Amino acid sequence: MGNMIKNTVFSGLAALGLLVGGQALAAGDGEAHVTDYSFSFEGPFGSYDQAQLQRGLQVYTEVCAACHGLKFLNYRNLSDEGGPAMEEAQMRAYAAQFEVFDPELDDFRPATPTDKFGESALSNAPDLTLMAKARAGFHGPAGTGINQLVRGMGGPEYIASMLLGFTGHEEEQAGVVLYENTAYGGLMAMNPVLMPDLVEYEDGTPATEEQMAKDVSAFLMWTAEPKMMNRKAGGLTAVLFLTILTVLLYFTNKKLWAPHKGKDH
Amino acid sequence: MSGIPHDHYEPKTAPEKWVESRLPIIGLVVSTLTIPTPKNLNWMWIWGIVLTFCLALQIITGITLVMHYTPDTTLAFSSVEHIMRDVNGGWALRYLHMNGASLFFIAVYAHIFRGLYYGSYKAPREITWIIGMLIFLLMMATGFMGYVLPWGQMSFWGATVITGLFGAIPLVGESIQTWLLGGPAVDNATLTRFFSLHYLLPFVIAALVAVHIWAFHTTGNNNPTGVEVRRTSKADAAKDTLPFWPYFVIKDLFALMLILVIFAALVGFMPNFLGHPDNYIEANALQTPAHIVPEWYFLPFYAMLRAITFDILFINSKLGGVIAMFGSIIVMFLVPWLDTSRVRSGRYRPRFKVWFWILVFDFFLLMWCGAMPAEQPFVIISQIGTLYWFSYFLIILPLLGLFERPLEQPETIEADFKAHYGEKASSGAATPAE
Repeated sequence: MGNMIKNTVFSGLAALGLLVGGQALAAGDGEAHVTDYSFSFEGPFGSYDQAQLQRGLQVYTEVCAACHGLKFLNYRNLSDEGGPAMEEAQMRAYAAQFEVFDPELDDFRPATPTDKFGESALSNAPDLTLMAKARAGFHGPAGTGINQLVRGMGGPEYIASMLLGFTGHEEEQAGVVLYENTAYGGLMAMNPVLMPDLVEYEDGTPATEEQMAKDVSAFLMWTAEPKMMNRKAGGLTAVLFLTILTVLLYFTNKKLWAPHKGKDH
Repeated sequence: MSGIPHDHYEPKTAPEKWVESRLPIIGLVVSTLTIPTPKNLNWMWIWGIVLTFCLALQIITGITLVMHYTPDTTLAFSSVEHIMRDVNGGWALRYLHMNGASLFFIAVYAHIFRGLYYGSYKAPREITWIIGMLIFLLMMATGFMGYVLPWGQMSFWGATVITGLFGAIPLVGESIQTWLLGGPAVDNATLTRFFSLHYLLPFVIAALVAVHIWAFHTTGNNNPTGVEVRRTSKADAAKDTLPFWPYFVIKDLFALMLILVIFAALVGFMPNFLGHPDNYIEANALQTPAHIVPEWYFLPFYAMLRAITFDILFINSKLGGVIAMFGSIIVMFLVPWLDTSRVRSGRYRPRFKVWFWILVFDFFLLMWCGAMPAEQPFVIISQIGTLYWFSYFLIILPLLGLFERPLEQPETIEADFKAHYGEKASSGAATPAE
């Protein structure tokens, strides 16, 4: 996923002395276990794949939601542009499957678009809304993080690698069964959840373990960064207009100074 | 305002005379903008504009963010997510503010090292330098407190570690720590007071910036030769200088825009690159992160804090680390009197140059060590780096001035300018190109 443009843009930053030295040092360990899966939203021009986000929502709903929550996400967000972009009726029907407690009614009622997905059902299962930004899969070389300029932060890559990284080895510690995971880099409390055809995709995509892992990771990237498409579009516009302004100022400055530097103008 | 002889503003029209006789503000603005500026300033003299821009950017985005942020431990984290998701353009404000802090520190470090290389701290600019150092200290305090506000894991644990440093001070340390935190541990009282001060300090910085500018408009800018502008007559001064407007305003704006292209790319395409992923996990007092790492701009000083792993007489290693960290900044305050060389600019100091560039390398080396776990070999590298930092200011600079044989300096700024651009380069007659 090395992106030439991103690479070029950010090499300028390195030149500014922004980054820590020591590029020549060898890559740190711990990083090898995160596979650099490719996603449609990578790079300055990358965008979310609506169909993938909808598949990821399905995996989340049928698998992850049993334990985990998405407490910062509203049901209405599912219809947002630049996201899964569900039809409004479909989004309302999706929300209505779930019951939320309404303090005004002092009772449960079906969820509406303005309700949130809610907290984790299992108290020690972390909330997943921001997980794709709360993990960085890539760190090197030598802890400098310069890799991230080329490969991205590696949040969704980490999630996918973690879902696929169980070795099958289990250990019981203090009465709790822990599962070895190569992306986590040790024993974790979460058990392996994926198996082939665990979900039946509505769009007919074969539900391989890797497919499901990537789809749900893409979905979680969107839950963490729902305004990414706006941000990239805004960033690109800003870069283009500022570049034009920079060029104009370059020539203005050159002409302004020319007589004082004894140059023709 | 300037000590350099030049034409002063005379009100000509009736309204101008009316205002000027009551409040000489037009004259103040005109003289600030047209101040004679050494015409040989190079590209390292653009950071002042970048810094002014950053201060304005941070204040404007910050004030807007405050309209949507809630300083309460139960709501702070979700109010930031509310800004990112539900506030119109909130994501842009927040990412600009977050990365704006980084740009601010990139610029201030470039500005400080520029000053160190060209001897901008030397007489008669000591007060400008000291005000600048005070601004730098306030920036660090503001940045630190701002980082606590999103109430993520690094916010909480960073605040715990840094305020814990004050606990190392003998006798009064614990009382100071409790006073800073508003209680025995980082909690709601800490968040609310950090919020209050994070809002206040930028305005103190703005006031100090005005004093900083006032001071160097009195002494005149330093320049790459370190040779002073001739003040013998208006005509002589005009040969060494050009007015700030339009020459340096346009030049600085060009540089600023170039930097903003990169900044816009960072904010637009990779806004979390300089942040720490753990800060997207809500603060949890019961769960310590594996590595507590401050923001990148604190890393060199954090490395010096952690480098002191041994006791020195009655000073234990914790207090020693705190002394090293604050001492590393105090020596910068003292540099006008530690540097004994009569030559101002590093350009004419062949030995100085070598030590200076080692200092720059040392700064980045310490930055790297600060990001790494506190284990070997990083501890020993940090110790060597810390030793060099102090040696540079306390031993090398004082001795170098006594033993170094400087190169010959140009007679005037005009001579330097002509040596660079050729004899055709005009002297004086500050008329902009048509």
